[in-house]
Parts: sequence; C-alpha cells; structure tokens
Amino acid sequence: MNFLSPLTEGLRGLGRAVLFLFTILAGIPAALLRPRLILQQIYSVGVLSLIIIVISGSFIGMVLALQGYRTLVNFGAASSLGVLVALSIVRELGPVVTALLFAGRAGSALAAEIGLMKATDQLSGMEMMAVDPIKRVIAPRFIAGLVAMPLLVSIFSLMAIGVAGGHAIGVELLGVDDGSYWSQINQAMHGTDIRDMLIKGTVFGLAISWIAVYQGYHAAPTSEGVSRATTSTVVVSSLAVLALDFVLTAFMFH
Amino acid sequence: MTTAADSLVRVRSLKFGFGPKVIYDGIDLDIVRGKITAILGPSGTGKTTLLRLIGGQWKPDAGSIEFDGIDVHRQSRSQLFELRKRMGLLFQSGALLTDLSVFENVAFPLREHTAFPESMIRDLVLMKLEAVGLRGAAKLYPSEISGGMARRVAMARAIALEPDMIMYDEPFTGQDPISMGVLIRLIQGLNKSLDLTSVIVTHDVEDVMRIADYVYVLSGGKVLDHGSPAEVQHSKSDLVRQFLNGEADGPVSFHYKAARGYADDLMAGRE
Ligand SMILES: Nc1ncnc2c1ncn2[C@@H]1O[C@H](COP(=O)(O)OP(=O)(O)OP(=O)(O)O)[C@@H](O)[C@H]1O
Ligand SMILES: [Mg+2]
Repeated sequence: MNFLSPLTEGLRGLGRAVLFLFTILAGIPAALLRPRLILQQIYSVGVLSLIIIVISGSFIGMVLALQGYRTLVNFGAASSLGVLVALSIVRELGPVVTALLFAGRAGSALAAEIGLMKATDQLSGMEMMAVDPIKRVIAPRFIAGLVAMPLLVSIFSLMAIGVAGGHAIGVELLGVDDGSYWSQINQAMHGTDIRDMLIKGTVFGLAISWIAVYQGYHAAPTSEGVSRATTSTVVVSSLAVLALDFVLTAFMFH
Repeated sequence: MTTAADSLVRVRSLKFGFGPKVIYDGIDLDIVRGKITAILGPSGTGKTTLLRLIGGQWKPDAGSIEFDGIDVHRQSRSQLFELRKRMGLLFQSGALLTDLSVFENVAFPLREHTAFPESMIRDLVLMKLEAVGLRGAAKLYPSEISGGMARRVAMARAIALEPDMIMYDEPFTGQDPISMGVLIRLIQGLNKSLDLTSVIVTHDVEDVMRIADYVYVLSGGKVLDHGSPAEVQHSKSDLVRQFLNGEADGPVSFHYKAARGYADDLMAGRE
C-alpha cells in the first residue's frame, strides 16, 4: 500500500496537469483575440533566451567542426564535414539543446513569475475583478512559449551550422573546401529534416510551457513554494524533453 | 433584524471548513445597504475566508450567500464574473499587479471590461487617483510606493468600475496613526460620496468602531454578538468584551491548545 503511494500521487499530479492543459486550451481563443498580450510575451521569452541561444549555438557549432574534422580526416572524408554538422544539429542538437536552455532560462522565469503572482494574491485579485487569470495571464504565456521555441530552434541551428562552416573553412588548420561544405549540406539535407526539426521544437515548446505554467499556477503561495516550482520546472521539463526526443526520433526514423 | 430589502448581502446558515478543520459552523449575517459594516474577530477565525466566500472564490459546504438577492454560488462562471464587477475586494496585501504602473493598475479593470477610448480611460483613472490623493503617483510602480499608498491605489482600482460594495480586508494593519486616519476618512468618504456599501474586516477594534454603523464579532466559527458599536461594546458575552478591550486572558486563552502540559513537554526532551 505504502510503496504505491508515490505512484498514485504521481498519477494524480499528471491528471491535474492534463485537466489544467484543457483549461488553458479552452482559454486560448479568448487570448488569441488580444494578440498584443501574446506578442509581449513572445518578446519577453524570446529576448530572455536569444543571447544564450546564439552563444550556445556558436560554440556547439565550433566544437562539432573540430571534432568532426578530426574524425573525418582519418578517412579522407573531410569534405563531408558539412553533412555531419548539419544533420546532427538539425536532427538532434538544435531542438534538444535549445529546449534545455529554454527550460532553464524562460521556463524557470515563467514559473517564478506566475508563482509569485499567486503568492501575492495578484491572481485572486484578478479573479475578484472578474478577470480570468487563465485567459489573461496563463494562456498568452503558454502560446508564447509554443511559438517562440521553433523560432529559437531555427536560430540556434542556423547559428551553429553557419559558425561551424565559417570555422572549418576560415581556419587554415582545417581548410575544408568552401564549395564542398555547402553543396554537401544541400544534397544531404531534405525538407523533411527541417520539418522534423520544427515539429520537435514545437512539441518541446508545448511541454516546457505547459510544465512551467502548471508549476507556477499550482505553487504553494510561499517563497519556498515558488522556489520549488522553479526548480521542478527545470528538472521536469529537461527530463520530459529528453524522453520526448527519444519518442519523436523513433517515429521520425521510420 | 433587518428586512430583506435593506441587506445587500445575506449570509444564511453558512458552513465551511478546510478539510476536517471547521471555519464556519452555521452563521447568519446581513450587510446593510449604504452602511459600513465591521466584521471583527481574532486572527485565524476566518475573516478573510468569509470575504472569499462572499466573492465566490470558495464554495460553502452548506448554507447560502446572496448578493442583492442573487445566490452567489448558484451562478455560472460568467454570471459570477458579472456579479463580481459589482463588488470590490481589497486584499490584505493590496494585490497590485507588480508589472504595471499605478496608473495602469487603476486602468486595468476599465481596459478589461469596457471599450472606452483612451482619453476617457485616462480621465477616469486620474479622477479615481485624485479621490485617493495619489494622482501625483500615477507613474510610479508598486515597488516604489509604501504599503499605505498601495492600499489607496487598490481602493482607486476597486472603485474604477463603480461597484455597489467594497470589502476591505485588514485595511489598517501596519499603518502609522496618520496614514490610518487617512484610510479611515477615505473609507468613510467613499462610502458616502459613491453611495457604497462597505465591509471592513479587521482586528483593529478601536479605530473601526468609530466609523462602523454595524458590528459583527466572530470567533470559533460562530457569530458571538452583533449590533451597533455601542451595543456590542456593552455585550453580555465575556468573550466579546475581552476581545474588544484587548485583554490577554479571559475566555479566549493566550495559549494555543497543546497536546500535553508545559512541564510534561519540557520533561519529554530528557528521556
Ligand atoms: N487555503 C487554505 N487551506 C487550508 N487552510 C486555510 C487556507 N486558508 C486559510 N486557512 C485556515 O483557515 C483559518 C482562517 O483563515 P483566514 O485567513 O480566513 O483567517 P483571518 O480571520 O483572516 O485571520 P487574520 O486576521 O490573521 O487575517 C486559518 O486558521 C487558516 O489556517
Ligand atoms: Mg485575514
């Protein structure tokens, strides 16, 4: 009986989270009527994450170029570097790393903001002013996360591939041929790769936004509760992203 | 007691609890139109809970609450929201939106519920802020104003939609005598000039007695006494007099009930 209780508790939490998702979805039409609120949120989560995404994308691109070149040159295949970089970024690293960074930067901030609004009675206050906090506060933030993630994934991937290319071609040590780098990418990458990247980005965005607003909205109204909500947001959404990535990749591989 | 037409809020046989913990064990209460009603009671009796019940945020376990003849807890969500536009609730904390300026906080209910043009919203907001003496603070943010000012901003916001009733939750806690006086005069002034009905929930007995028309004293889930301030001050109940005079000992014990005696508790640590 006792060893089952974490399991039942977990299932109950999942049930609550699913119900909460339906409440948010019901609030989305009303939120869409006020695009300014959504744009504000896209701006705020986007700007929060943009710098960290650009910098990480560049470094990962450079590291991939170095590692890839070292391996490929042994087989005399250094000209295939472009394919290696582009496919690993677009298929895996782009969506996953962006999602992990997004969870750490924007997801945690979202949970903390909503949790604090709850702890300081701002959400109850809205309810008493006959304003539905789900429509006014939660739904716009949820939509913003959903829209921002695929955009950020694209920016990350472009950055990484571009910088890796620039590095490989520009650094004399490596001296990969300019033409072959880009033409190989052109040949090996298909529309489906881009589509799958955007699907992954959107699904991860949904998961992170959902987890973040759920944790914030259901935080205990104390400073400890808010800090716990922030931490759980990062932990739970990172694990969710990795698990979802496996599932999505398995489907896309077919 | 009062006749039905007089009372804006009618609470009947209200029962409410958090899980096994009983907060209200069947209370009746009337808030009379146009008057200032004070609800007094020791900390933790459930005064804030009562306001949330009246506002429809929580549902009673039994009994009913009517606002202007409408049962608050038998409304659809949108009907409830319509009712709430007619009542303002000032939270203990003020509950201002911290990412908006004072001006935008007061404008918030107008922007949410009306399609007024910007110039009209501006005029209305400035009028409400002027009424609470804070027109000069319009551009400041909630983090830049004092607690007393935050409460006045919350008042300005609560009167923005011109409600029938305002409920104040502990409006005086943590205020110096001057700002307390300001708040008291303001509550009284607004009640008169805007033809409001006011409910003040507090444990600051002395000050509220000066402006209240009617007083309820709650404790232990029951209404201990009610009447005009003078009537309540000479209550037959020891408990009420203890509370109103602020004596530490009397029917209400200073000590929270412990499972075992003090000496036993101390000795228990030595085993
Ligand atoms: N969300 C909640 N869940 C469980 N118990 C609660 C909750 N909110 C309040 N309580 C309990 O209900 C009781 C009444 O709380 P309430 O806030 O209404 O008291 P109060 O009379 O307003 O006190 P104070 O004067 O200190 O503000 C308290 O004992 C509190 O512990
Ligand atoms: Mg209270």
